Amino acid sequence: MSSVLQLLLEGERLDTAQMAQVLGLSESEIEAEIARLEAERVLLGWRPVLNPARAQENIVRAVIEVKISPERDGGFDRLATRIARFDAVESCYLMSGGYDLLVFAVGNDLREVATFVSERLASVEGVLSTATHFMLRAYKEQGYLLLDPAEGSDKPSVSP
Amino acid sequence: MSQPGQQFVADHVAGLPRSGIRDFFAIVQAMPQAISLGIGEPDFVTPWHIREAAIFALEKGKTSYTDNLGLLRLRREISTYVERQFEVSYHPEREVLVAVGVSEALDIALRAVLNPGDKVIYHEPCYVSYSPSIKLAHAEPIAVATDAADEFGIDPDRVMAAWEPGVKVLLLNFPTNPTGGVTEKAKLERLAKFAAEKDLLVISDEIYSELTFEGVHTSIASLPGMRERTIFLHGFSKAFAMTGFRIGYACGPQALIEAMMKVHQYSMLCAPILSQEAAVEALKNGAPAVAKMKEAYQRRRDLIVRRFNEIGLTCHSPKGSFYAFPCIEPFGMSSIDFCQGLLRQEEVAIVPGTAFGDSGAGFARASFSTSYERILEATNRIERYVGSLG
Ligand SMILES: Cc1ncc(COP(=O)(O)O)c(C=O)c1O
Repeated sequence: MSSVLQLLLEGERLDTAQMAQVLGLSESEIEAEIARLEAERVLLGWRPVLNPARAQENIVRAVIEVKISPERDGGFDRLATRIARFDAVESCYLMSGGYDLLVFAVGNDLREVATFVSERLASVEGVLSTATHFMLRAYKEQGYLLLDPAEGSDKPSVSP
Repeated sequence: MSQPGQQFVADHVAGLPRSGIRDFFAIVQAMPQAISLGIGEPDFVTPWHIREAAIFALEKGKTSYTDNLGLLRLRREISTYVERQFEVSYHPEREVLVAVGVSEALDIALRAVLNPGDKVIYHEPCYVSYSPSIKLAHAEPIAVATDAADEFGIDPDRVMAAWEPGVKVLLLNFPTNPTGGVTEKAKLERLAKFAAEKDLLVISDEIYSELTFEGVHTSIASLPGMRERTIFLHGFSKAFAMTGFRIGYACGPQALIEAMMKVHQYSMLCAPILSQEAAVEALKNGAPAVAKMKEAYQRRRDLIVRRFNEIGLTCHSPKGSFYAFPCIEPFGMSSIDFCQGLLRQEEVAIVPGTAFGDSGAGFARASFSTSYERILEATNRIERYVGSLG
């Protein structure tokens, strides 16, 4: 893994100049590496990680198990991409086991998500069935614990 | 006028200096917004699987004393770990003692072997407890200076020159707090030969050994003939980020472990069982977490060392530990004045080198056990500060 990518994954908010200092590279080297990562679609974007309970309190999230019928040429890809293109779909994965696609969907309220499932998703040709589960509460979001109280540290600020 | 009660304090305790770190701590504590590079412990929390093991032990009702030497299960894990990591084997039933940190292990080792008036050679700058612990054991500390030219490795010639009748113990700490110094095997071999010649006991505090970034760490205990005259001290505080668990251990020949056990059983009884349970888990499954933390320290080390050198504070790249030890001599101030000025003017805390012994004069200790952002901000402020010194 490139050192730039590794540094980005560590998740500290650093600008290019700071990244250059941390890695001992020039700013233009950092820029070039980021450009490469983006061009090769290793790095897809720059969205922050939000606490759903604080930042998106009214958003409704669902995971939807979808069964689809594979196509003669192309297997699941064409249909999966078709489903993934809907704005309501945040993520979409092909799964092994009891169903084919796992879809993470969002909406402004319950009705919106329900409508998406029944009117859009279920009606896509090739979709055999759906099972929708609404998320109730997030405990960990992309590596960040949410219920850890932000308590002060008892660690002495100078120690031997 | 002396304070009430002062007349009861023992002479050798009254004579101990207060730790320079404590004085500094008092000032920093009053400045909550200061950036502290003064912290001598990991900024990581103990890995969850280790904390979870302690919680599980508590749930199961593990709230008793243990064997004075520690849980046999833990001593077995320690024995296996030490053999694998340090290439020296100790019998778990007779040659391993679990203590309340390396702090206690060092204290009982010294108390178990020193007679009043015995002498102990150690290298300086060093961990703040060494000289006081020796004095508390009614013995006499003899410091051997290490210096920047040698990246604070030890010079065996100096050790030999410092020898005098009555020296019984040679106390070593590699990688070193506060300098990050390490020592090559060849030097250890010379020291080993010297120890055998003069019939010295070596006490080797290897608490930072997992955090060795370059080269391989060699324990002096693993050298031929040294196992029988070495007390090997190690613990969980640094590599496993378990400072608050207060757990460490000593390994050595049976007669010495037995002597230490007497002091330990009458003063401490045993190390806390929950910490012992956590330590078992750390040794069994902690390696990946240790490796990850070590990688993080290494990247931070490279950053802080580069920044110090850029801004005119000459700083060698420490081969181990999480401390950088930059030179502040060119600014013509004492270490304390330099650090206090920095704290007042830019609200950055680093620890004056003299807190670690006289030979720390002209240096300061900066812990890089903190985030990149803080390291960058702190070094930017230090740059502004040294700029203002003109
Ligand atoms: C060299 C050295 N030895 C021992 C200790 C104490 O370690 P423990 O937490 O195991 O008592 C420290 C802690 O800073 C240290 O730096």
